[in-house]
Amino acid sequence: MPEKRVVLKNCGIVNPISLESYIENDGFKALENAIKMTPTDVIEEIKRSGLRGRGGAGFPTGIKWEMTNKSVSDEKYVICNADEGEVGTFKDRYMIENDPFSLIEGVTIACYAVGAKKAYIYLRAEYNFLIGVLQNAIDQSSEYLKKADVEIEIFEGAGAYICGEESALIESIEGKRGEVRYRPPFPPTEGLWKKPTVIDNVETLMNIPRIMTESADWFSNMGTDRSKGTKVFSICGDVEKVGVYELVMGSPLRELVEGLAQAKDVKMVQIGGASGRIVPYENIDTPLSFETVLGAGGVMVFNSTRDVIEIVRMNAEFFEEESCGKCFPCREGTKRTLEIVTRFAEHRAKPRDIKALEDLSETMMLSSLCGLGQAAPNSLMDTLKYYLSEYEMRIR
Amino acid sequence: MVNNVVREILAHHKNGNLISILKEVQDNRIDLSKDVMMDIAKSVGVSFSDVYEIASFYSFLSTEPIGKNVIRICKSIPCFMKSCDVVIKAIEKELGIKPGEITADKKFSFHLTNCIGACDIAPAMMINKKRYGNLTPGKIAQILDEYK
Repeated sequence: MPEKRVVLKNCGIVNPISLESYIENDGFKALENAIKMTPTDVIEEIKRSGLRGRGGAGFPTGIKWEMTNKSVSDEKYVICNADEGEVGTFKDRYMIENDPFSLIEGVTIACYAVGAKKAYIYLRAEYNFLIGVLQNAIDQSSEYLKKADVEIEIFEGAGAYICGEESALIESIEGKRGEVRYRPPFPPTEGLWKKPTVIDNVETLMNIPRIMTESADWFSNMGTDRSKGTKVFSICGDVEKVGVYELVMGSPLRELVEGLAQAKDVKMVQIGGASGRIVPYENIDTPLSFETVLGAGGVMVFNSTRDVIEIVRMNAEFFEEESCGKCFPCREGTKRTLEIVTRFAEHRAKPRDIKALEDLSETMMLSSLCGLGQAAPNSLMDTLKYYLSEYEMRIR
Repeated sequence: MVNNVVREILAHHKNGNLISILKEVQDNRIDLSKDVMMDIAKSVGVSFSDVYEIASFYSFLSTEPIGKNVIRICKSIPCFMKSCDVVIKAIEKELGIKPGEITADKKFSFHLTNCIGACDIAPAMMINKKRYGNLTPGKIAQILDEYK
């Protein structure tokens, strides 16, 4: 299946600083359609589309909206998670840069559907250069925001990978340390300032205008059984054509890596950033979907000259630095993992170190409070499975 | 005595969001020293540790003095694969400081950072709010000259 530009349809076509240009390309048609419907009907349409969260977890968007809509409260919030921090991921940045109006329209429809009057876009500090283009889109869209009685504010992060985790992100908007919360309660019942909150990724929200312009049926005709629509990927590393590409869900990984990005001599691919799964070249025909492997959409390609252990060590170093420190399994686990993986990297591992890494990883996956600690061992566990000999030859 | 600039910043952050306050104070070239954090804590009505725990948590906030220009160069895998190590060496040589340090004239501080989402132009760095990509050691002197 070749590239199919649904979410990216405006990128490179619409002038990102011109509302007029956006309107010429069907801009705000979806909002007009939505506000003619009841909020419940909008939610029903999103549920029927089968859209699932594009931030990596894949929670059904319509159900999240329905839970928030049904929560009784005088105030509700919508948050757009633009804290794209997974290593090797830049697709949200690309979409905000090239099509900020679609994001604003998606946020506005989400507010209308759940009954929120205020939305925040949590923009990572590293993307502060995007504030101009985003604020301009908000300002130029004021007439449409008024129609839906919605106000959108940009909240600039301060540099912390963990703030991409929804409850840490909420803490951060409240002005606190980005530490994860114990859940339940989940944001749809108790989120920002303890009010019902929808929190969705940039790409998820940019799917909304497409669904509400076309239809749920049109959307759910694309993809696999449990993964509808398309997925936007950013791909980098050992490839000829670094960039952002969009594929129908279920497309083979080979299409992205060797087709679009023109990678050669591929050894392995990591899908979903530092916390993503490792796919060895022999599995390059794996379909990209929630059923198989997906993550947030950052894809890193490694050729045969790359050292597997060094890549795993760098991932371990990343998590050791970015763990928020709230729960013990992650705070200690990331530190000890880095120590042991470093011994392998330096060819001075002990015979018991492989077992130690497996035990440590299992404990972290089972008992960490949030996705960071639970997913941190992924590349380690996958490479122990596919490249065990590379570990074994560094034991002395 | 609360610094006047800090007082003004506090006045227009009536909701007392410490992240926004600390960022703005730092953007105004005021280091987050113990005294400054004490003043902020008193004005907002929280304890010193409430302020310190935020200032020490986020990578864009610093409890150490920072330079007029802050260089953040990415050391994550995509930039590593494009040889960010030699670019880091070039910056060290040009400024005469190591990562985490500040130049004697306080014009530059230099930090290694995790992925900044500029992998399509790796190796990449940020100086203040501006991004620079496709870096080579040869480009460093000229880029830094703009800030000297």
